[in-house]
Amino acid sequence: MVFRTVVGFGRGLVLFTLAVTNMVMLAITAVVFVLCFGLGMVFLFPVTVRMVRGRAGQARAVARAWSGVEIAAPYRAAPPPPQPQRDGWYREGRQLYRTSLVPSFNRTWSWMIKDPATWRDFAWLLAEPLVGGLLAISPLLMVGYGVVLARVGQPVEVLAGVVLVVAGVLVAPRIARVHGLWTRLLLAPTLKARLANEVRHLTQVHTEVVDSQAAELRRIERDLHDGAQARLVAIGMTLGAAEELMDSDPKAAKALIAKVREASAASLIELRQLVRGIHPPVLAERGLGDAVRALALDSPLKVTVSVELPVRPEAPVESAAYFVISELLANASRHGDATNVAIDISHRRSALRVTVTDDGHGGADPSRGSGLRGIERRLSAFDGVLALHSPPGGPTVATVELPRAFSADACGSTLPAWKQKLMGVCWGLFWLPLFPQGLVAMFMKIFGADERSWFLALYMPEPLQWPVIIGMIALGAGMVWFAAKAAQQAKERDDA
Amino acid sequence: MRVVLAEDLYLLRDGLVHLLQAHGFEIVAAVESGPELLRALLDERPEVAVVDVRLPPTFTDEGLQAALAARRAIPGLPVLVLSQHVEQLYARELLADGTGGVGYLLKDRVFNSGQFIDAVRRVASGGTAMDPDVIAKLLASNARHEPLGRLTPREREVLELMAEGRSNAAIAQRLFLSESAVGKHTANIFAKLDLAVSDDDNRRVLAVLTYLNGTRS
Repeated sequence: MVFRTVVGFGRGLVLFTLAVTNMVMLAITAVVFVLCFGLGMVFLFPVTVRMVRGRAGQARAVARAWSGVEIAAPYRAAPPPPQPQRDGWYREGRQLYRTSLVPSFNRTWSWMIKDPATWRDFAWLLAEPLVGGLLAISPLLMVGYGVVLARVGQPVEVLAGVVLVVAGVLVAPRIARVHGLWTRLLLAPTLKARLANEVRHLTQVHTEVVDSQAAELRRIERDLHDGAQARLVAIGMTLGAAEELMDSDPKAAKALIAKVREASAASLIELRQLVRGIHPPVLAERGLGDAVRALALDSPLKVTVSVELPVRPEAPVESAAYFVISELLANASRHGDATNVAIDISHRRSALRVTVTDDGHGGADPSRGSGLRGIERRLSAFDGVLALHSPPGGPTVATVELPRAFSADACGSTLPAWKQKLMGVCWGLFWLPLFPQGLVAMFMKIFGADERSWFLALYMPEPLQWPVIIGMIALGAGMVWFAAKAAQQAKERDDA
Repeated sequence: MRVVLAEDLYLLRDGLVHLLQAHGFEIVAAVESGPELLRALLDERPEVAVVDVRLPPTFTDEGLQAALAARRAIPGLPVLVLSQHVEQLYARELLADGTGGVGYLLKDRVFNSGQFIDAVRRVASGGTAMDPDVIAKLLASNARHEPLGRLTPREREVLELMAEGRSNAAIAQRLFLSESAVGKHTANIFAKLDLAVSDDDNRRVLAVLTYLNGTRS
């Protein structure tokens, strides 16, 4: 307790000092604004913005570390560096530049100046010394002023002083949190900024998905064009030749037809491999569990598969999961030197979860392996994530989670109907027992009011009055508790 | 010999009917869906059934399921399953009851009518006909299994053909060996894999397949 109080005072002091440094930065910023917008020394602007962002970032970090208030960075993503044209010049609108200096500056400039977060940072810079600084130092001020007052000696002043000191001591451990909440007010991303970031992320995912899909289609087209299609043409031609030779040279015709048979067998094999790459037949016929079992049987490793799924996942998710497992299994035998692999497929509410554990030598790194990158790309289309734990020496554990893999009602994800109705009734009526019939009646009873109004308890015989009041309060509180819990449950299931 | 045939593609069904009839089989039913197949198998009790894995109405593994169900009702009912792709998983399910009289071949094998008819007859007589692709996969997934590594290349070839379900005579003909040489090879294989020797071709094949499947379950 004493320790927490002392730490609270210390933190308040540090936060106050930091707030004071804001004033220095504010002065610099003011000078820069004059130079920048008055005298056109625009090159100073990005430097200043970076400085302020650095300070704001530090304030966010402090808020997280000292008060547990999470504040995400609200800034838009930095623009990509300008790309030179084929001739080595940089085009910016209708201008051409020899180096990337000017276009790159222009991009940075418009990125910073158009981002509302920049201006909110400046507002925070201005307000922090006044609000945040005073807030942070207030416990120390209270204690200090209390001591001064108490030394005056008059009873009233002593009392006020003691109260102030006690208040300061009580407030001190909580001041960092209050300060954190204040920081969040201006430094957290606005709803708009959060949405903008989300949209950007989705756009990126969408582009990747479309790109990879297009590439996949191109590959299939090429395979068909160069493989089966070409072979069918050859088969047709050979059959034509055989037809012509049939009468004059039956022996040669027979040889040609034998060739046709070989060619058709070869194209079948090709098509089979192609189909396997697009959508494995076992997956179509039996679903994920058996498809993975078939993979396990074909693998030279000793693979155990355990599947616990109530229903088949949605087809696209199933296919993605299959290819991811196939890739992880291939990785285990290719890079990991594993001999035993355990594949576990289960679900957590509406999410599909796959764990692949191998006893190889570990050390897999998603940033290096292109296979793992491919897995992540495949998963990103479904908001899936890959968590890889692969210490050197093994074992490697790869966990894949794909949210919303099952249609909502398949997993009973919504609340049962009776619970929903009861929740509605509780939300709608909890106030009735809790406030008028419970709390208000209690006060009227305590203060002995004459009025009985419509309060049930007060019409009761004397010994029953208190039990009824307490019962009413308990009933109201119970209804709130139930409704809140049901709402929480529904929310959790929705999120899953 | 009475045959029930199940294949949903008209062209292929027609082709198979002609092929089988040309070799003296009697087609008692040629059906195109899973439920029809099961009914035909149970009513007609054919001497052999030729079944496509993927059939309507679900276009999943209807054919295989119907065949397995019929074999549960009539143990040992000879069934030759045809598919566009072969899976060890399905092969295991077919072999699971250990009674033989099963075949599992790629549809391509129909191209070589002689070998295909031979496989149908083998299955009808209670033997097995496993696709070379299944056997290759089986051996590949057993690659790290040590006793198999002790086989000589020739013994491996013999093992592959034996696992497909061929008799000593057929293997001898295929590898241009004398039947007694094949007999010696098989004896060696059984010794190296520590299996009990059996004179009965069918039981011998099942033993090999069970062995290959069993090493990794």
